[in-house]
Amino acid sequence: MTLKTILIASVAVAALAVPAVAQDMRIATEGAYPPFNFVDANGELGGFDVDIANALCAQAELECEIVAQDWDGIIPGLLSERYDVIIASMTMTPERAEVVAFTDKYAQVPQHFVMSDALADEVEATSGEGVEQLMEALEGKVIGLVAATAAEPYVRDTFGETVTYRGYQKMDDALQDLIAGRIDAYADGAIPIQEALLSTDAGEGFRFGGDALSDPAYFGTGNGIALRQEDTELLETFNAALAQIIADGTYAEINDQYFTFNVYGQ
Amino acid sequence: MDYQAIIDAIPKLVDGLWVTLTLTSVTVVLGLLFAIPLAIARVAGPVWLNAPIFAYTFFFRGTPLLVQLYLIYYGSGQFREALEAINMWWFFREPWNCAILAFTLSTTAYVTEIIRGSILAVPTGQREAAKAYGMTSFMRMRLVTIPQAFSYAIPTYTNEVVFQLQATALVSLITLSDITGVATVVANRTYDHYELYLTAAVFYLVLVYGLLFILKHVERYLTRHMRTIE
Amino acid sequence: MLHGYGPLLLQGLAMTIGVSLASFLVAFVLGLVGAWAKIRGGRIARTIAEVYTVVIRGVPELVLILLIFYGTPTLVQSLVRDLGPESLSRFRLEFDPFSAGVLTLGLIYGAFATEVFRGAIQSIPKGQVEAGQAYGMRGWTLARLVVFPQMLRFAISGLGNVWLVMIKATALISVIQLNELMRAADVAAANTREPFTFYLAASFLYLGITALSLVVIKTVEIRAFRGNEARG
Repeated sequence: MTLKTILIASVAVAALAVPAVAQDMRIATEGAYPPFNFVDANGELGGFDVDIANALCAQAELECEIVAQDWDGIIPGLLSERYDVIIASMTMTPERAEVVAFTDKYAQVPQHFVMSDALADEVEATSGEGVEQLMEALEGKVIGLVAATAAEPYVRDTFGETVTYRGYQKMDDALQDLIAGRIDAYADGAIPIQEALLSTDAGEGFRFGGDALSDPAYFGTGNGIALRQEDTELLETFNAALAQIIADGTYAEINDQYFTFNVYGQ
Repeated sequence: MDYQAIIDAIPKLVDGLWVTLTLTSVTVVLGLLFAIPLAIARVAGPVWLNAPIFAYTFFFRGTPLLVQLYLIYYGSGQFREALEAINMWWFFREPWNCAILAFTLSTTAYVTEIIRGSILAVPTGQREAAKAYGMTSFMRMRLVTIPQAFSYAIPTYTNEVVFQLQATALVSLITLSDITGVATVVANRTYDHYELYLTAAVFYLVLVYGLLFILKHVERYLTRHMRTIE
Repeated sequence: MLHGYGPLLLQGLAMTIGVSLASFLVAFVLGLVGAWAKIRGGRIARTIAEVYTVVIRGVPELVLILLIFYGTPTLVQSLVRDLGPESLSRFRLEFDPFSAGVLTLGLIYGAFATEVFRGAIQSIPKGQVEAGQAYGMRGWTLARLVVFPQMLRFAISGLGNVWLVMIKATALISVIQLNELMRAADVAAANTREPFTFYLAASFLYLGITALSLVVIKTVEIRAFRGNEARG
């Protein structure tokens, strides 16, 4: 290979790697939160969020591409314009609402602690009310949290120094460690925990412990679609499309593929 | 840039700094302790000893540290019952122990090869001279080959220590709060990712070049007999 | 044994090799530029090259990857929008994981390649350049016909090391969602709850790349030094 060929080849590859100016709408989802979003054995994204995203794009006549993004980088990625929309069962927390704009609610997922039956029994045996029961029974225990979830700041602020924290990249890693006994309890959306752990063989001996976590200052008002705050027109487009797919039954059709109940909530 | 976010995060990052430093120093010391006998066995040992050591260093030098770390941490979870049966689970249960194990295995593999290379670099004449003096093979190794091999190994070894320091950044991926882990936790809360990773980078820069400065002086001290008089 | 995740792992392997090759070329070019700046550049070029290698080699790859992946688009976009013409006020940098991975790894290993090339250029005997000059060669011709071919020969073993280290570093870009081998293993491990099986499978695939690379590097090295038997 001569010097010239090497140079030309390198420049060609470098040119390929230089990013182009974007055209289509890009939508991010996590791909690790079944049945809302997951990656199947073919490496393809699927799930409730993905179907809803496609339905919304069809309704609003947008060309959409759905991309996977790990949870802890999902808001930074939106803000740095890596994509325009997040449809990933994101809880509309007040903290997040400071940096992104949310559409109307499109689903509601209660947040819960999952733990061994034995520990759940202990929680129920305590004398307190609501989260006090959890705090009493979990004192000195190891709690797993996925970075940047709605449950993370809530648990850190509420439980303070009474427990030990382990921060994970995604739910599956945390559940893996719950099964292995490295952590005693894990807090996240109840439906994904049900889907990924409790409904499987590995979920035997585990259940939800204590009441649902419901402080509106941390858990907001359901799950929404997140956009950049300056994209007000796009926000209206998505709200209109959402109202439309709920009204024409598309939403219910998708809902029934994944849930035996209405995930939209009250 | 949000300077306040950086200032607020510094005390937490300092906590992470201790985790980084402890992990680095423990694994660097363990790695050196294990690597010396392994390297000697690799050069002077019989085939049945030589071959498995080669396989070990080849595996750990040829695969990404991240895969090794996950293999040991998440992989051991798959065998919890078997590990409990042999009373080893208490060790693998803690991410800290898994990190120490993975990093020690990895750095030992690299240092073994570094020392092996330096032993081979010692001129044959040196060993022949020692033989002529009637030294046993153990004495030759201890008094002639090893001390010289060490001075050859120092520059490469210094690099390995710096790599090891940087490699500890991976523990944030198995739930430990080192510098990188702390930066991630704080950034997730405040959305100042750029500011925090930049601050973390500055922490590492200071650590790496501080360490290099110290190691340079150690090297000069250890090789003072080799300096030419000017 | 792999529960149907074999093809996904192989796709990941292909992506790992693809991203490695592309990143290596970027690193190669950056390395040439960096070495040129360090040896022949003016004060500014030299300072930039110096800062570049010092910073890159002093910060862990993971931190650099996170910093470049999350930081660069914001930085470039605001620069172009603020300083560029009005028509670019909506300019946006599309950064798919492949380009982002290639640019990030290329940037990191370009710093290591810079040092390799610099060392290689400096090991060319002075007489070679002087002889070239005596033949009336100048500048580009001299670089192309005398310096570059010999430099490349001295650089092979160093570049080989950069390549081997870089292959392993590609596992880190799984954190920026490129579907390479490590990420494929992650997905399979999570879905089957058999992390050991899949990380072990992945590690053997990485080992395969490393082994093959070692053979190739050795072959290239022998070929490059043919005719120099006296050397050895």
